[in-house]
Amino acid sequence: MSADWPEQVTRDWAWGGATGAGVRVCILDSGIEAGHPLVGSVDRSVALTAEGDDVTVADDTEGDLCGHGTACAGIVRSLAPDCSISSVRVLGAGYTGSGSVLLAGLRWAIEQEYDVINMSLSTTKRQFASTLHELADSAYFRRTMLVASAHNMPVESYPWRFSSVISVGSHEEDDPFAYYYNPRPPVEFFARGLNLGVAWLGGGSLHVSGNSFATPHIAGICALVLSKHRDLTPFELKSVLYMTASNVGGGR
Amino acid sequence: MSDEELRAAVAAGVLGAEESFQGLLQSVVEVARAIFRAQASSIFLLDEQTDELVFEAVAGEGADTLRGRRFPSSTGVAGWVLVARQPLVIENVGEDPRFAREAAESTGYVPKGLMAVPLLHEERALGVLEVLDRPQDARFSLAEIELLGLFASQAAIALDLLQRARRAQAAVQGSELAVVARIARALDEAPKGRQEAALRLLEAIDELLADRPEND
Repeated sequence: MSADWPEQVTRDWAWGGATGAGVRVCILDSGIEAGHPLVGSVDRSVALTAEGDDVTVADDTEGDLCGHGTACAGIVRSLAPDCSISSVRVLGAGYTGSGSVLLAGLRWAIEQEYDVINMSLSTTKRQFASTLHELADSAYFRRTMLVASAHNMPVESYPWRFSSVISVGSHEEDDPFAYYYNPRPPVEFFARGLNLGVAWLGGGSLHVSGNSFATPHIAGICALVLSKHRDLTPFELKSVLYMTASNVGGGR
Repeated sequence: MSDEELRAAVAAGVLGAEESFQGLLQSVVEVARAIFRAQASSIFLLDEQTDELVFEAVAGEGADTLRGRRFPSSTGVAGWVLVARQPLVIENVGEDPRFAREAAESTGYVPKGLMAVPLLHEERALGVLEVLDRPQDARFSLAEIELLGLFASQAAIALDLLQRARRAQAAVQGSELAVVARIARALDEAPKGRQEAALRLLEAIDELLADRPEND
């Protein structure tokens, strides 16, 4: 650890006064609605399409095809108001091509060297697991924090189970800054994921629940910490989250 | 066992299976609707040929009109749930005109809220289970998401069986074995006396075919 770490890591040290400025967050999802009042400016939006095995990345002209990506972007924005947000849309290419589009989207986002990638999606296809694992590890070594939604259904799914990502489940509290470290992994953290108001399509908003909304809470907090401590590795960032978790040091 | 024998054996079990599995799916949506005290519940099956979601079973609102209706597999809430493999709960759509329009297209009416969960079987996502308009008075809990997930596992197994039955039926239908499949089913359903008579006749056919010299 670098020499300027305090004896005791507090939330104030971790992100006190931070706004997310200078940190680039990527939302890998259904697209983001440009100009939504709860999202603000979106730096870049691309969409992936699949033609057989060929996947293409192009500027996204359609925006959000569901509302979910806009919701995630709004959550990140509410926690880290000055961070940069970009969108990689992996939805809308049809179900059949969705696995290869997901992989290509993640690879593209890692190549762009985003600081944080929010990934509320997962796959159950074993054929994609090893490639996803390699991608998650390469993100980890390139200082890109991959934050992924955990799955609480009785199936094997990825990439949230990999230890090089931060996996997020839901708790039932209302505080967006309440998050808990889970001493019984593979789910590592629980964040706000129940009954919360989020941005949705057409400039509107609605109330939602699910792990996929807990995930951008952790992504937003990561953006805050990184904007104050630019040189943290994913390992150090995860350690800061642990030490500032509501059930560890964050209650102090 | 040769391919033909296998097909014949499958055919015997396949004809009529469709109705049973349809009944099972219908029962899953009826029970989901009852457990969550919801207005409606539906199961969408993914049609991999056309990359569309198809209404397979509906309970409550829309039950008479929605079966068979199709929409794109990777847009909207159901599309997101299918591709993301994640459950999604919308508690209150509020005044969101675009959501209302989209929901009306995919459900036949405008719900106030919905829960959607992917139907996952082994590595595959087979479809989506939706529960529309649970009562707003009760605060939603993690336990309900878990319950929905348990339900989805059951529905996914039923959906898998239905798809297998359809594939087997498609393999049998149109081939000369279709008649064998029909006979097998009729035999199974016939009254005992007629069944015995038919069996004697079939045994004679069996003998005739089996004993036939190769070069006559």
